Amino acid sequence: MPKWFQPAAIVCALMFAATPIVIANAPFESTMGLVFKIFFYHMPSAWMFLLGGIVCGVASLRFLITGSVKHDRTALAAAELTVLFGLLTLVTGPLWARKSWGTWWVWDVRVTASLVSWMIAVAYLILRRYGGPGSEKLAAGLALFGMANVPFIYVSVNYWRTIHPATSVVPKLPVSMGGPLWFCVATFLLTFFLLFKMRVRLEEQRARLDAIYLSLDE
Amino acid sequence: MFVACAQEPKQPERQQQESKQQGEFIPLSELPPTEQIPAARLLIGAYSVVIVGLFLYVVSVARRLNTVQREVERLEADVKRAGRT
Repeated sequence: MPKWFQPAAIVCALMFAATPIVIANAPFESTMGLVFKIFFYHMPSAWMFLLGGIVCGVASLRFLITGSVKHDRTALAAAELTVLFGLLTLVTGPLWARKSWGTWWVWDVRVTASLVSWMIAVAYLILRRYGGPGSEKLAAGLALFGMANVPFIYVSVNYWRTIHPATSVVPKLPVSMGGPLWFCVATFLLTFFLLFKMRVRLEEQRARLDAIYLSLDE
Repeated sequence: MFVACAQEPKQPERQQQESKQQGEFIPLSELPPTEQIPAARLLIGAYSVVIVGLFLYVVSVARRLNTVQREVERLEADVKRAGRT
């Protein structure tokens, strides 16, 4: 791993440790009260989930066009992170919804589309794991559908009837709420980046191992 | 009678307000008493899921990376030894 990785990981861990303190100082929300504070972890998780979908899709597209395995490794790493952050989003969301909406789940556009996108990412990983030779390109094609779903998930709350908060809530946040939110977003973004680097490194080492085995066979 | 049946039943006003999409979040300095304890379990559960989930993933990737790294180092050492003999 590069030299900057360890200091960056320490900074990330410290930022994560600080998030409960930062969130505790944020005010409650008038209609949701205490449970609103799930927002400070739920929303950054959701943004990292969407970011993972985009990175996976772009890397898959580059892989399909150029055939370079470097892009394939990037896509695989991003797909795992998409599944991870997607799972965190799909768990924290219902925990928040149980209290604020009175139900664990609603089949509205955003929530359903998010679930579909997460399932596409899971399907990508299953295909890569069990698909055999040539599955890289099939999975890359699948990742394009996942990427196409991302803008749809984001804007859906603005165009369809739903009780999910609109995208306008974030720009309208007062500083007392916006500050903790952007701190959590920065923390999650750094976490995403570091996990991504680790995961790409794993694929690079696996490729190196395969090359050594091949050279031994020769 | 047909027109009366065709009209949508009036939802109670509170239900209408609850199902309305929120356009902004309004801060509040003090929690109403009914809102305190029940939400805490959900909040702690959500934070725990995120922290534990991320931690487990880091451990998983680190273990896989260490395994592959050790295998690479072992094979490279074998190749070097084989090159010398």
